[in-house]
Amino acid sequence: MSYRFIDGVAIADVTFEATGSTLEELFESAAKAVTNSMVDDLGTIEEKTTRKISLSGKDQERLLHNFMQELLFYKDAEGLVFSKYTIKITGNSLEADLVGEELDQEKHEWITDVKAVSWHMYKVEKTEEGWKAFVILDV
Amino acid sequence: MDFKKPQFTKISDYIWEISKDYKQGMRVPARIIASKRVLDQMDDHVYDQITNVATLPGIVNYAYCMPDGHSGYGFPIGGVAAMDTEEGVISPGGIGFDINCGMRLIRTNLTIDEVRPKLHELVDTLFRRIPAGVGGKSRMRLSSQEFKQVMERGSRWCIEKGLGWEEDLERTEMKGSVESADSSKVSEKAIKRGLGQVGTLGSGNHYLEIQHVKEENIEDSELAKKWGLFPDQVVVMFHCGSRGFGHQVASDYLNLFLDVMQSKYGIKILDRELACAPFRSKEGQDYFSAMNCAVNMGFANRQAILHEVREGFAGVFGKSAEDLEMHQIYDICHNRASVEKHKVGGEMKELIVHRKGATAAFGPGREEIPELYRNDGQPILIGGSMETGSWLLAGVDSAADTWFTTAHGSGRVMSRAQAKRTYRGEELQKNMEKKGIYIKAVSFKGLAEEAGGAYKKIDEVIDSATSAGVSRKVAKLVPIGNIKG
Repeated sequence: MSYRFIDGVAIADVTFEATGSTLEELFESAAKAVTNSMVDDLGTIEEKTTRKISLSGKDQERLLHNFMQELLFYKDAEGLVFSKYTIKITGNSLEADLVGEELDQEKHEWITDVKAVSWHMYKVEKTEEGWKAFVILDV
Repeated sequence: MDFKKPQFTKISDYIWEISKDYKQGMRVPARIIASKRVLDQMDDHVYDQITNVATLPGIVNYAYCMPDGHSGYGFPIGGVAAMDTEEGVISPGGIGFDINCGMRLIRTNLTIDEVRPKLHELVDTLFRRIPAGVGGKSRMRLSSQEFKQVMERGSRWCIEKGLGWEEDLERTEMKGSVESADSSKVSEKAIKRGLGQVGTLGSGNHYLEIQHVKEENIEDSELAKKWGLFPDQVVVMFHCGSRGFGHQVASDYLNLFLDVMQSKYGIKILDRELACAPFRSKEGQDYFSAMNCAVNMGFANRQAILHEVREGFAGVFGKSAEDLEMHQIYDICHNRASVEKHKVGGEMKELIVHRKGATAAFGPGREEIPELYRNDGQPILIGGSMETGSWLLAGVDSAADTWFTTAHGSGRVMSRAQAKRTYRGEELQKNMEKKGIYIKAVSFKGLAEEAGGAYKKIDEVIDSATSAGVSRKVAKLVPIGNIKG
């Protein structure tokens, strides 16, 4: 499970590739990449509060897109960012526990706000090692 | 991605055309408004994206890209397309996630000599008063009922709440309150994202600047004077939009359009970010109503910030905002679609004009311009990078071909990651202080991403826009203080 930021794809925005040996691991990697686009050090986000979510999508690609969007919803609606994600995927639905805390400009070093998960070049694919997603965030 | 660099036909020194033959499915040619030098600085994605725009159903005449164009999603930033309202589509990708991102300019009667000694206090005060950055919380947490008023009435709601002057509405595009906004077309999620965000600056390239009107930077002294500018004056300009609320509206409708576009309307597109629906369809009209709610939220957001700017200045200078003559000069949006009448083949036609990172620039006499400015042409506010300065322009008749549209900013040439590797926020802040620009930023990393060197030179972009005849210069405004999210 990992993610890496890629330069030179969308000049004004943030591009990353996330991987996982299982679909759940892919989702966790992608969630961490989204959060890490905003907060420099995920280690500074303490596990203080939990949000339980249930989501579905037309397919797994849409499900991951909805899941990443959900993180942006909590960032704006409740000022929450998460560092621990427990995810269970069944078909095209998921249940997850998101654990983290309220944004704190003193404590967390901010990079930039993520506005949306774009559809530009967005791709989720099965690989020999597991799963891979290519994502561009609008910041 | 296979990419074939297009052949450009030179229409004039500042207009470059890519023919319909360049790509299968193009319904009209694409035109880029830029000097050769500015054109050469654009990234290849701009050409690919603007020619994708040219494939959209109902597009009229040309897909345009303004001189500040850089790659976006679906449309490039700087992309402009007008669709026939009866046969054409509306596309959230032609408006952007940050619906009604825009600029506001406020005058004062203070001179640079009066402000310089208090610059740090002023910037620090405004930085405290105006929440910025991720997690910058608004002083107001609105109820759903209040937010409904914001969505449907925009700046008008703020004025009734005491957040501004009645005259501010006359000096805001569309009087700060666009019709055909229907809050029932907006998701609960979008509303929840917006409740705490009225009066917040946001982050990324959003900022508030204290600016200096240098005598040598006034290009049209008569018009500058009429609009309230004078040599050595201090003015305030800021840039922000409809925040997470608008982002959610755009995301919601992109999802919906992806579901119905092909199955229900048989529309095929080259990029999912160009998801669209016929403007007259239920989905198209619902998005238009929801988008207009975000347009109103953007106006209200900037109105609430203006109130804090006035209060902040009043506190620091010990005079009321009225005594400081802090009149708004103009507020203008650069991410939206609007229904407008334009001449097509000699006849007036109703079009849905998409402007994504592009500013409406109506020429003298057009009814879209407030009466106060109607004879002069529309005031246009163009934000440069934080190191270089911004411009006040005026609309001209000759912009009719681009649906009365001009640029909106500098346009990026360096990626955010590259900017972070090239510049360090702390060092940038110190260097700018040496140049007489005092900056307060929530994030040093975010600051590095916005370094002047990451953008095209604003003066070259403005020269392209004015030489191409899509606007004319009034004055350049240079920064002395800056707040960044």
